[in-house]
Amino acid sequence: MARMATRRRVVVSTIGAWLFGFLIFFPILWMVLASFKTELEAFAIPPSFLFFHWTTENYATVQERSDYFLHAMNSVIIAGGSTLIALLIAIPAAWSMAFSPTKRTKDILLWMLSTKMMPPVGVLVPIYLIYKSFGLLDSRIGLVFILCLGNLPIVIWMLFTYFKEIPRDILEAARMDGATIGRELVYVLTPMAIPGLASTMLLNLILAWNEAFWTLNLSTSNAAPLTTFIASYSSPEGLFWAKLSAASTLAIAPILVLGWFSQKQLVRGLTFGAVK
Amino acid sequence: MATRQTQLLARTLLTPAVGLLFIWMIVPLALTIYFSTLHYSLLDPGSEAFVGIENFRYFLTDPAFLASLQNTLVLVGSVLALTVLLGIPLALLLDQPVIGLNIVRLMVIAPFFVMPTVSALVWKNLLMHPVSGLFAWIASMFGLTPIDWFNDMPLLAVILIVSWQWLPFATLILLTAMQSLDEEQKEAAEMDGASAISTFIYITLPHLARPITVVILIETIFLLTVFAEIYVTTGGGPGLSTTNIAFLIYSQALIQYDVGTASAGGLVAVVIANVVAFFLVRIVGRNLEA
Repeated sequence: MARMATRRRVVVSTIGAWLFGFLIFFPILWMVLASFKTELEAFAIPPSFLFFHWTTENYATVQERSDYFLHAMNSVIIAGGSTLIALLIAIPAAWSMAFSPTKRTKDILLWMLSTKMMPPVGVLVPIYLIYKSFGLLDSRIGLVFILCLGNLPIVIWMLFTYFKEIPRDILEAARMDGATIGRELVYVLTPMAIPGLASTMLLNLILAWNEAFWTLNLSTSNAAPLTTFIASYSSPEGLFWAKLSAASTLAIAPILVLGWFSQKQLVRGLTFGAVK
Repeated sequence: MATRQTQLLARTLLTPAVGLLFIWMIVPLALTIYFSTLHYSLLDPGSEAFVGIENFRYFLTDPAFLASLQNTLVLVGSVLALTVLLGIPLALLLDQPVIGLNIVRLMVIAPFFVMPTVSALVWKNLLMHPVSGLFAWIASMFGLTPIDWFNDMPLLAVILIVSWQWLPFATLILLTAMQSLDEEQKEAAEMDGASAISTFIYITLPHLARPITVVILIETIFLLTVFAEIYVTTGGGPGLSTTNIAFLIYSQALIQYDVGTASAGGLVAVVIANVVAFFLVRIVGRNLEA
């Protein structure tokens, strides 16, 4: 009897979960399907779900007409560059706070967190004017710089929570054996920190790839990453749904894959360690 | 000796990060404060003059400010309510024995990884278009008149898009928290004859109080500055109906080129965000000691 009830429960919750999962995922699926339709079919009523004339023509058109790869490359450079620089600055800082904490460490951490709370729109005007006078508008380096600073607090926080979990006994043992700080860092700490580093990097890449305030406001064409490029489809010029879908599918595919790999760390990173 | 050396090293390692963040926080903020006291229009360069608190008076008494403050509150409040109220049952469902749970979880999380400009445009065109959108087709199948989302209920349309983006976040955090709940406690309750509902109300829900607070605070921080979704769908309109504070400041700065007023507005946004941040920092800070 109990087993019957359990089996029924599994069936019911499985059906329910798949149903809701499918509903939530549907807009993405619908977009991917539309990217393989012709513009006429993408716009047609009643819509065709699977039995349409599948074509990859949109993907070719998107590249030909709008230099998709330039924008994809910009996204890679901006997201990758800002993540790398943020890590270079954050690793020593997090290491120092996790292993040589002082009375002020907690205050410093909370202060760093509070800089993340500042709404970007609050400093839009000065940043825009500074960028304008230094010729940084629509430049990749300008976007790398601002996204790096914007995400630095999250990177430091995540690394800090990971570094803190490394048992200190191991460090002390290494120190007893006469390891210098440099050797300690290279041979003991780094191997233990790599999982934390990897997930921090992943989360930051995702955040930087999808960032759509600074990229929209500070880039127009040459340095425009995919967020800005996709936004250019907002002006309604004839039938463009299939092309919009193709460009969008390409833009989200890499990050969707990365995101799925990092879903466990996501919670921790986005809640600053408050939920694990 | 070694300790002093270590401390010195620790401080040296910390300095670049602290210094950069300090500059990042202080310089633009100081400039915003400075600009907010000036009459300063990019269309009329050279006419800058000190005007005291005139910009604040202008910004705060502008009818657009009240309208956009109201839109901001409605947007934040509705998205919070939708994501938490849908996120709890969804997380409960995913916490059950489900066949193929990994795939379901991937599907549920996916919207969070879609860049805002993509989700906004896909919803606006492929789903919400009044003639050729999927919703219009579904409505017509039931013999209903399709809704012209972005003309008749633009703010609700934006709310739905943003909620779709944030539902995975709420669900994922609540699910993570549920999974850390002690199974034995639930089993003991079941053995004592507690119904599923009372187990949920008396055991699961209290356990979720903190993660729900965290979800609300973190979402609020991001939702206060929703921008891209409005930028690519409605441009703040029709009229002011989807203009939130962030979009109002943007349009004052980069469409009307009124640096002074936009800066004053920026400071107002900073103050609003700080009120929220105050509570979040306290909660996270408490966790730091544990």
